[in-house]
Formats: sequence, structure tokens, C-alpha cells
Amino acid sequence: MKTLDPIAVKQITKVNWAPFYLLGPAALLMAMFLLGPLLAVLGLSFTDYQLGAKSLNWIGFENFIELYHDKNFWRSLRNTALYSVVVVPTSVLLGLGVALLIEAQKSFKDFYRTIFFLPVMATLIAMAISWQFILHPSFGFLNLLLKEFGLQGHNWLRTEGLALWVLAAIGIWNQFGFNMVLFLAGLVSIPRHLYDAAAMDGASTALERFRLVTWPLLGPVTLFVVVITAIRSFQVFDTVAILTKGGPSKSTEVLLYTMYAEGFEFFKSGYASAVTIVFLVIVLALTLIKTRYLEKRVHYV
Amino acid sequence: MSSIVIQKISKSFGVTSVLKDLSLTIKDGEFVSLLGPSGCGKSTLLRLIAGLDVAEQGSIVVGQHDVTRLPPKARDLAMVFQSYALYPHLSVYDNIAVPLRMRRLNAWQRLPGVRLFSRVQQKIEREIRQDILEVAATLGIQALLPRKPAQLSGGQRQRVALGRAMVRKPEAFLMDEPLSNLDAKLRVHMRSELSQLHRTLGATFLYVTHDQAEALTMSDRIAVMMEGAILQYDTPDEIYRNPSDLRVAEFVGSPRINMLQGWVCEGRLEVSETARKQLENSYLDLSVEAPHGLGVVVAFRSEQCSLVSAGQSALQGVVTHLENLGSETLVHVRTKQAKDPIIVRIAAQAPRVQLGSLVGVSLAMLPLVFSEHGPRLSAKTGWQDALQTASALAFEAA
Repeated sequence: MKTLDPIAVKQITKVNWAPFYLLGPAALLMAMFLLGPLLAVLGLSFTDYQLGAKSLNWIGFENFIELYHDKNFWRSLRNTALYSVVVVPTSVLLGLGVALLIEAQKSFKDFYRTIFFLPVMATLIAMAISWQFILHPSFGFLNLLLKEFGLQGHNWLRTEGLALWVLAAIGIWNQFGFNMVLFLAGLVSIPRHLYDAAAMDGASTALERFRLVTWPLLGPVTLFVVVITAIRSFQVFDTVAILTKGGPSKSTEVLLYTMYAEGFEFFKSGYASAVTIVFLVIVLALTLIKTRYLEKRVHYV
Repeated sequence: MSSIVIQKISKSFGVTSVLKDLSLTIKDGEFVSLLGPSGCGKSTLLRLIAGLDVAEQGSIVVGQHDVTRLPPKARDLAMVFQSYALYPHLSVYDNIAVPLRMRRLNAWQRLPGVRLFSRVQQKIEREIRQDILEVAATLGIQALLPRKPAQLSGGQRQRVALGRAMVRKPEAFLMDEPLSNLDAKLRVHMRSELSQLHRTLGATFLYVTHDQAEALTMSDRIAVMMEGAILQYDTPDEIYRNPSDLRVAEFVGSPRINMLQGWVCEGRLEVSETARKQLENSYLDLSVEAPHGLGVVVAFRSEQCSLVSAGQSALQGVVTHLENLGSETLVHVRTKQAKDPIIVRIAAQAPRVQLGSLVGVSLAMLPLVFSEHGPRLSAKTGWQDALQTASALAFEAA
């Protein structure tokens, strides 16, 4: 029987702490600013805590039951969904289209790339204020322009049934530049020789090349873009808070704005936490769909 | 199956001219290689023939049709790419089906789901299936049909790429370095398979490569290209034995051909490292038809010379390196006449040479003589008696 070398045994049993030290700072920050607040929100959603209150009571699922019966919450969920249903496909297709056009031409590539990407880099709150001026009913640029052409302007942000669409348009304007950049990167990574092969195989029109090579090979990028855009659309808040405050008559009330209003205007922190949990579940579901289900289909391995 | 005739074709990218007035004729059913170093324009020429690039001048005729201005689809040529260029999202079956579907089905019939209700589409798809199975059987890839390209090895991908080219039964095959991504062993194997395939199909093959072994082993004829021009277009034997230009002699053959600097002194050849200087006993007994004073290069292959004892030849030097290849040994001899070491090929069973020993090199046959500008010069031995050629070629002993 072999005797164990005591030094070797010591080396095996000795834990190497260095990786943990190196992980420490990042893990600590994650715990403080991500996991901690998340757990706090989860905890608060089961209480009747009000902002500034000295005490709180455990009320179980009562907040969620109240949410379930709250017409306002359903309305805001519906508005958010409608906003996303408009913004996601439009900004994805627009991003793809612009990326294809930029990639197809030779000159001014950087110029177009920059101007389409500007809205993404700009602070949305500042941009929202600019939009407020543009959309102003009496001296706004848009209505003045329409008047020049003899068209009737609108009170864009104060008309029920119109305001949400205006917000969606601003959302598209804000997001498609980002999608465009991702698609541009995706287009560059498609091997040139696949287009040569497609030409030899008989794909002679741009549409045939797109169907045979570009679209399938952009699959992974498209999936990523759709999920990112969907998550960002569900997070719409800045424009609503600045331009409409959920109005008129709650027609632009969205999930995050409801949360903000309940929590910081009515100080119903427990209730707002419950809204947040619903929001997080939706975002988490989107991410899960991406990682679990779709990735297998679009990555060609 | 068709001939390909290229006439006076020119192509430049911006200010750099890639091809200049190039002409080339490939006979029906011939296997022709375009051989040259990278950047010589051979791939550009292939792309022009394929229709992937457009020539500025000249004409390309495939069979009876002038295809110079036609798009690739109308030329009916198939191409095999260096990187295989398989569609990663399609199965092997669908990859091979692409060229057939693009040609036999119209845009509507190619839409997904049409096969559910279009009888015509179903019938065409059945025919396509037959053709694919036939090609798969020829290449032995039936088992791979349901797989995706990412699940295949390099050799298997190569076969699939060949299948995609073959399935359409094109006029001619264009191949752009198709074996260069394979490992050495598989490359040798695929060489014989490609030759076999060429014989079976009887089709015209135009094969681009920078690997002289591929060109020499497979081709009926080789076009050696350099700097956008064809230097020599001939059978592999002629290219190897009878190169018309120094650059061809240098490029073809492994190890590289041995070269001695020399110059013409009143119709006779002087060999010296320092040009124009008459060294005592440094001449080869060769007469050359060239003006006095012209710089020349004397070239001979490693198997056209042998080792002799140091005293027997003026071409002598020190053994600096031995390359044992198993079946033979390459002996590197550094001489004062040549810039690079002279490489002598000796049989494995020949007596061993020691590193650092002094040896002589004797030429077994008439060497090739080139002007230093490239073209071949005719040279003949100064001795009239042909039987004594061999001994005459040994450098005069000191």
C-alpha cells in the first residue's frame, strides 16, 4: 500500500483563497446594489409599508390580490404591452432596414451611422424636453410645419388615443439606432464568400441573397435585438414621466410609471413593490425565453 | 461540359492592375491548374470567369456562349471555395439542394409551406431529392445529409461543397484552393479523389492553387501565373523539366532549384558569385547564344547533380545541413559560386556524408540557363561528343 505524501495532502486540502478575494469587490457591489434591493422589494411586496412609515405589517398576498382587482394596473399593463407591440417590431425592422441601406452604399457610411445613433447616446430626459417643444400644440415645430402644408395640427400629448402612439414613435426614434448598430455589426460578420456561393448557386436578386444568406445568418443578432428591445420597451418611463405623466385620463399610464406613482406620489411602497415584482417576472420571462428556447434554434451548432 | 476561352482580359482594383491582357484556353474536359504565389491574380481570374467580378477588357467564352457580361447565374459554372462556403443554417441535404431549388423552383414555389398544397412543387422536390441522393452516393456522404455543416469535419465539408457544385451538372468546375484548409494527410488523399472525380465526370476543371504539388499531381496542364500574367502554360512534365522562365523554375519544384550566378564571356559561360569577374577555372563548358557581358543564372535540380570528392569539381563546399526524408537525404552544400546553399538529393542507401565535410558537386546533365531578367537561353555543351557531356559538365578541376 502506498503511503500518502504529507506535503501533497496538504496541498490538496489547502483552499486557494485568491479567486475569492478577487471576486470579492464585484460580488459585494452586486449584493449591495442588485440582490439586496431585489430581496428588499420582494419582502416589501408582502407588507403594507408606506414610505416614511415607522412600522409595517405582513399582509401576505394581499397586495397582489389588490393588483389583480385593480383596473388601473391592468390598464397600465395593457398600455405597456401595446407600446411594446408597436415599438419592438418597428424599431427592429427599421434598424435592420437602415443597417442594410448603410451597408449597401459606399460613401457617407460613418455619417449616417452617427446621425442614426445620436438619439441612443443622448440623454432621453433631455431629448424628451426637446420633443415637448416640438409637439407643443400652439408653437410646436410639428404643428407649425403641418400648418405650412395646410394640415390641421393636434394637441399630440393631450389627446386620448393619440398620446400613446406619439410616445411609441419617440420610443422607436430612440431605440432603432441601437438596433441598427447591432445589425451593422452582425452584417459585417457574415462571411463575404457566402454571398459569392449564393451568386454561384443562382441567387441573382438582392431579395434572394437576403433570404438565402443575410436573414438566416442574422438570426442570433435578431434574437438578441428583439429581446433587448422588448426589455427596454417594458422599461419605458422617462418620456411618460416628462411628457404625459400617464395622462390624459391614464391613457399613457405604463407599468413603471404606475410603480413610480404608487410608490413616490401615493407613498404606497408595499403596493409599488408588488408592481415591481410583476414587472421583474415579465422581464425575467423574456430573458428565459431567449436563453432556454430560442438560442438553440438560431445558433447553428 | 465545355471549353473555356479567355482572351486579352484585364482587371484592376483602383490603381493596382491585377491582370494585364491575359489569354488562356482550356479544352473541353481538361484539368487545368492556375499555379502561382499569393497575390499573382489567379483567384481574380477565377472570379472573373465565375462572374463574381467583371473584367474591364477582354472576353470570356464558355462553350459557344460569350459570357463576359452575364451574371454568374447565367454562366452555368460551379465553384468550390477555399472556405467551402456552406450555408451554416442549412442541413447538408438543403445545402446541396440550394442550386437546384434556385434554378428549378420559382420565387413562389420557394416560399416556406408551399409544398403543402402545390403538386408541381412536390414533383420538382422529388426530382431534386433523386439528384441529391445520386450525388451523395457518388461522394459517399449519404449518412451526412441530415447534419449541419458545423457537425462535419473539414474533409466532410469539402465533400459537401463538391456535392453542391456537382449536383447541377455544370459546364465546368472552378475550384479556388479547395484543399488548402485540410490537414496534410487528407490533402494528399483528396488529391487522388479529385483526379478520380475528374476522370469519372469528364468535366472541365479549372483549379487555382499555390501548392505546386497539387498542380503537378492532378493537372493535364498548368498555367504558371506571376504578377498578373501567365509565364508558362504547359503539361506538368514540361513545366518541371523545361521551364521557360527563371521565375517558373524557381517556383516549381521542391526543394527549390539550385542556382548559380554567372555571366556570358564571349559566348561561353562564366560562373562566379561576384558578377563579371573572371575567376580562374570558374567556367562551365557551355556555349550560350547571348551577348557578351549578360548576367545569367545557371539552374539545376537537386536530383540532377551528385556528390563527388572535393578534388573532382571546382564546384565544392562545406556540408552545412542534412535533411533526412527517409527515402532520401537532402544535402545542403555552401559553395562560393552560389548565394544559397546547393541542395543535392542522395538516395537513403548512399554513403553517409558528415556535416562540415568538404565535398564537390557534379552535374549529371545539362543545366538550364536563364537570362538574369528571366527568359530561358539556349545553351549547349562546348564539347562535340555528346557521350562525354556528363563528364564535361563537371566543373574543371582546379
